[in-house]
Amino acid sequence: MKYFDYAATTPPDSEVVRTMAEIMEAHYGNPSSIHGYGERADQLLRRARFGCAAAIGVKPGEIVFTSGATESNNLAIKGAALRYQTRGKHLITTATEHASVYESFLQLQQWGWEVTWVPVDSDGRVSAQQIMDALRPDTVLVSLMHVNNETGAIHPVAEIGNRLKSDAPRVLFHVDGVQGFGKMDAKPATWGADLYSLSAHKIRGPKGVGLLYVRSGVELTPLLSGGSQEQGMRAGTENVPLIVGMAKAMRLAAERQLEFAERATVLRDRIMETIETIPGLILNSRKDGAPHIIHFSYPGMKAEVALHTLEQLGIIVSTQSACSSRSAEPSRVLLAMGRDAASASGGLRISLGNEHTEEDVALLEQALHQMVAQLRPLERRM
Amino acid sequence: MKYDMLLLRFGEFMLKGKNRARFEKTIISQVRALLKPYPGASLRKEFGRLYVDLGGHSHTELIAVLKRVFGVMSISPVKVTPSVLEDIVETAVAFMDERENEFREGTTFKVNTRRVWKEFPHSSHEMNHMVGSPILRKFQQLRVDVRNPDIELRVEIRDQGTYIFNEVIPAVGGFPLGTNGKAMALLSGGIDSPVAAWASMRRGLEVECVHFYSYPFTSQRAKEKVIDLARALADHAGTIKLHLVPFTEIQTAFTQLGQDNLIITLMRRSMLRIATKLAERERALALITGDSLGQVASQTLPSMNVIGRATELPLLRPLVMMDKQEIITLSKQIGTYDISILPYEDCCTLFVPKSPTTNPNLRIVDKIEATMSHLTEWVDEAVAQTETIVLHAGESAPATSENAENEIKEDWF
Repeated sequence: MKYFDYAATTPPDSEVVRTMAEIMEAHYGNPSSIHGYGERADQLLRRARFGCAAAIGVKPGEIVFTSGATESNNLAIKGAALRYQTRGKHLITTATEHASVYESFLQLQQWGWEVTWVPVDSDGRVSAQQIMDALRPDTVLVSLMHVNNETGAIHPVAEIGNRLKSDAPRVLFHVDGVQGFGKMDAKPATWGADLYSLSAHKIRGPKGVGLLYVRSGVELTPLLSGGSQEQGMRAGTENVPLIVGMAKAMRLAAERQLEFAERATVLRDRIMETIETIPGLILNSRKDGAPHIIHFSYPGMKAEVALHTLEQLGIIVSTQSACSSRSAEPSRVLLAMGRDAASASGGLRISLGNEHTEEDVALLEQALHQMVAQLRPLERRM
Repeated sequence: MKYDMLLLRFGEFMLKGKNRARFEKTIISQVRALLKPYPGASLRKEFGRLYVDLGGHSHTELIAVLKRVFGVMSISPVKVTPSVLEDIVETAVAFMDERENEFREGTTFKVNTRRVWKEFPHSSHEMNHMVGSPILRKFQQLRVDVRNPDIELRVEIRDQGTYIFNEVIPAVGGFPLGTNGKAMALLSGGIDSPVAAWASMRRGLEVECVHFYSYPFTSQRAKEKVIDLARALADHAGTIKLHLVPFTEIQTAFTQLGQDNLIITLMRRSMLRIATKLAERERALALITGDSLGQVASQTLPSMNVIGRATELPLLRPLVMMDKQEIITLSKQIGTYDISILPYEDCCTLFVPKSPTTNPNLRIVDKIEATMSHLTEWVDEAVAQTETIVLHAGESAPATSENAENEIKEDWF
């Protein structure tokens, strides 16, 4: 089997797994305890905090550890909205965000906030001007993703952040960095981001851990209360082995980022060219998108059928994003990009990792050709 | 805007003719130490100035770091272009283009050309016009004001290239590090002492830090916190030497005396004696403390009198007349505040008596110390057991203590 679903999750790096196993056995102390066991756990936590901060160019005190990007996004959006509701009750996001962002905003809407959903163009991108045009005097927060998880489209986060900083400095700027970190340059502080979410399992770290960068000076209403951990923004005993595992995975990802981008871009371009030559398939991603995501549609074919056919041919890909692929709805992201319902329900995603080789890609291409050949008789009957 | 280099201007010491070369050399070595974490950035000296090539790093990031160099008055981010008329004009227009969002109707500007390279075919005066005219044509909102412009676009024409800049960002100033000698700063885990150390560095003192710890009564974390504070100071100085002195034995002995209200006075005097010995060993000529008049019992005038007599070295107290709020503001500026407020017990807060004296009697204190036959021995022993570590600017990871039972492995990170 060849696994091409790295945007959903990645196999953990064996070094990371070994580190975590050793820490779980040797350092089970609670980092909040003041005896030696606690101190050693706390020391591990401090080292990890330094490491994570260094990987994204921020200060250690600006890192809040969470259970993953879903929690980070929830904390960033709801935490900021609740904390700063006296400034206003208007929020801005785009129409193509990840479910954890999208649904946080839906919830806030139910609680009385107003949300402007800025549309994207046919390539899935939002322009800085559109965001600026959506601003109102009572806007509290702008939230958008760095890289779209389904299509790989890149939002101009640096431009947006810097324009917000100069024209509307009181408006908070949250970037969901999950699909961008390790794949492209990711320095949220230089973008003018106030909040930045990451997840460990997308970069060969463990599941169940993530972080939120909270620029110093920004306060958030905690979603989990009950202790003073993480500067009071996230109560709960820190999961030391997972956090250290994430720190290591982040260091490795940051170190390998340039090399990864270079290698993956070559493979991605090759796959894209192949898809364009196969009649019946439509490419939805562009070459100026993220180096690791290729999204295409097979209009007239249910994506699930295509996926299972590829699986039988030894190739693992995904439909939509993993978080919503078990629903039968057409992709919200593709619909927002102006695709018709047939394309939007026939979306398939290939995502690359740092272990993929030319040979793997050759197998994938072969499988794509074979899949279409096998399914051709069934087209438009499903 | 993509800048090519930073221009650093020197401060008040420039007046002191004979020492200038030494002062410049000191600044250069501090700049080198601060630039260590930024490979590719390089520096070049010129009469009365220093140029730092950004080497691809962001100018805002490097300005934030280099603003800390003691003796530097101001910094300008600079764009470099060949000393050819067309290139100069084009770059100057592009420079203003980047600033267009700052322009309002009637914003005033002037071009200020300096022709250092006299072979350049146009005079400074001509250049002001030749650069200014296309800018005026392109940006209709601008007006020229040669006396008091909102924006002064400076053009320096040199043999090797022309520098274009307009921002002048104030830096920390003061004297170059160490050009006024060396002193030992007593570093607690509190807010004041790191500020005192920094203020001393700004006046040209090289500072080494001394910290007293009471392991095992206080935690490893209290020690780590002080190491972090010293590291934050190293972000200003380039490197900082930190002496960690075991103080448990002396402290315990004082608690046995039954003179609770004098414990702090006695402790402070012993600290000064130990610090004095360390200062002599390291050839430092003064001690620095974070005392601020009246803040706590040991900082009343009578206390300072009795405590200060334990050393013959000059006792420098840079914060003595400052308000707490001023000290807090400074500690936030220099990046030590967030570390200082971490809540660990340290040796100074450990055995604080219910009512420490604010008016100790020197004769009584002398008498008590005279009865403690081992005091000198303990002081010497503490000096002998002092562990010294060196912290560097921009270190990303906290130093782990060498304690073997910690078993925290480097390769986990």
